[in-house]
Amino acid sequence: MRLFRTLLVSAAVALGAGSALAQEGINDPTRAPYYDAFAGKRVAYVPVAMGFDLTEGWAAGLRDALEPLGVTFDIRDPNWNTDAGAQAITALISEKPDVIVVHNPDVQSYARLLKRAEEAGIYVVQVNMRSSYSTDVFVGADYVGMGEQIGQRLVDVCSPDKGKSGKVAITQGVLTAAASIYQMQGINNVLSQHPEIKLVSNQAADWDSTKAKNIAATVIQQHPDLCAITGFWDVMDIGTAAAIKESGKDVYLLTQGGGNRMVCDNLANGTFSESVVYFVPGQARDMATMIKHLLQHGQAPGTTKTTLFTPLDFLTKDNMTAASCWDMPSNG
Amino acid sequence: MSSMGRLSQEQIVFGLALLLCAGFALALPGFLTTNNVLNLVRSVSILGILGVAMGLVVIGRGIDLSLVALMAISVAWTLNLIGGGMPIAQAMLIGLAFSLIVGAINGWLVAYAEIPAIFATLAMGTLIYGFGRYFLFSLDVAYMPERANSLLWLGQGTLLGVPVPIFIFAAVCLAGYLFLRYAKSGRYVRAVGDNILAARITGIPVRPIVVQQYVMSALIGYLAGIVTAASVASMNTRLALSTYVYDVILVVVLGGIGLSGGKGGIRNVIVGTLLIGILLNGMTIMDIQYTVQNVVKGALLLTAIVIDTIVNPRDEQTAQQGDI
Repeated sequence: MRLFRTLLVSAAVALGAGSALAQEGINDPTRAPYYDAFAGKRVAYVPVAMGFDLTEGWAAGLRDALEPLGVTFDIRDPNWNTDAGAQAITALISEKPDVIVVHNPDVQSYARLLKRAEEAGIYVVQVNMRSSYSTDVFVGADYVGMGEQIGQRLVDVCSPDKGKSGKVAITQGVLTAAASIYQMQGINNVLSQHPEIKLVSNQAADWDSTKAKNIAATVIQQHPDLCAITGFWDVMDIGTAAAIKESGKDVYLLTQGGGNRMVCDNLANGTFSESVVYFVPGQARDMATMIKHLLQHGQAPGTTKTTLFTPLDFLTKDNMTAASCWDMPSNG
Repeated sequence: MSSMGRLSQEQIVFGLALLLCAGFALALPGFLTTNNVLNLVRSVSILGILGVAMGLVVIGRGIDLSLVALMAISVAWTLNLIGGGMPIAQAMLIGLAFSLIVGAINGWLVAYAEIPAIFATLAMGTLIYGFGRYFLFSLDVAYMPERANSLLWLGQGTLLGVPVPIFIFAAVCLAGYLFLRYAKSGRYVRAVGDNILAARITGIPVRPIVVQQYVMSALIGYLAGIVTAASVASMNTRLALSTYVYDVILVVVLGGIGLSGGKGGIRNVIVGTLLIGILLNGMTIMDIQYTVQNVVKGALLLTAIVIDTIVNPRDEQTAQQGDI
């Protein structure tokens, strides 16, 4: 009988405890560690400059993704000055934020600093323009592949088989930027197999639309049967487009950029014929995801090297939709 | 060297330009066609307009390093105002007024505060760029709004088959020439540039003349900016940070307007501009790399200066204090 009572009481106690537990609910075991991983963390961002679509778009995307989690997001703006950028990174290494997001002006300048930052225990994420030193994460376009695709587009559009002249021109930005070097490599890979396509001009316009316009005007003048120009940045190619418009010739203009609204507008009104777009909000999300991954994992910086190539869209007037382009954040 | 006589630098540069022109005409088919020559002049007409502005200041023994920064910021602000819905004329007036006020401040700093022009305008260029980017607008590139498409004619249109910027360049040159030759204050500019103390003793209002130089430079700079914006349907404020202003000085100095002031005129600017235009055009046709083009440009400037020093040696009479 005693045994029976004991059993009954313990059953009642177990039942009570069980129902109390059911009222509290089951804890998501990853929730607390998830938020703990980010509280009080600091991410510093060193673009080549603020004030244009790519860098503003990345900043907005990172801020939106990280700040609600309690991560501090700092911008160090060297305003196109590589020395100032190097100084900003040097200062950051001693300040020890948890992550540095860096947008390299060229392949060499920051290479050593990025290595030092990783050695100092800071995760380094590179965006769009790669340094010769690989860090934890690179998010950006596969410029060699992009160059190959562009080369293929030039072949498709300008092939003499289609009654075109086969003459094409290239307007680069600065010759030392990773974007230029790798893309040229890709374009050359394709064009070297297509002797019918003739590269009549390959110039650098320093990312400046006025220079791009003057170069394009001269090239079109010299080769009135020019079939296509491909430029390495949409903002600069506004100048190329103006030269084409003034010449009255039908030259195919293949440009590229981050897919800001300006590109869709200019595709719609015929200023650009086609644009290769690496979607900036997508890149920002990739970066934020990788940062979250690293902060949760807590592995030593430099342990793994991840590359995330951004998918490319070849936008034309015909295949673009309202969602193909993004709008600059209004506080930008 | 005496066999070369007393050739002025202007003549030397003009000779170089003709030589290059003849060389390109022989070597490059399609160089000496009407269309290419028009294109050549069009491509340097903005540089030439800025050259006139810089030339006027340099003749008055000053220098305006804020010229390009002021042009970029005031025109970008104008485009932003138009984009924000302001009537075009009103926005342009505001931009112009901003430009003139900054020009006047430059002039005041040089004439009244007596800060050397090179420092005053260097600092002003940086200040204006920062001010514009922080207070007036936040984006690097200002696009020409759809509504302002009527302005595009200034940069992209043609008149009687000739691009409009060439006409504007010609008009600015003519105005500058008439100003220096016939306006009283224009003659004073040269007097002040040649010998400021003598000018003051003769009773010329030296300080207001100096202020006037910088205001005119700002005015012409604004015009050049509008043509630039119209020509590429946008204004990239990064121009302010580029070496463009040195290209402008190159045109002026190459043409033979001495940095020591008092010498030269609009013709020098035209000659300098043409030489640069021929050079750039020829090198683009030959598809020479951009970096190599800079080497050629720099080497050419040095050559012109060296020839000038040999042909016109400096002596105590011609050398002036304040040479940069």
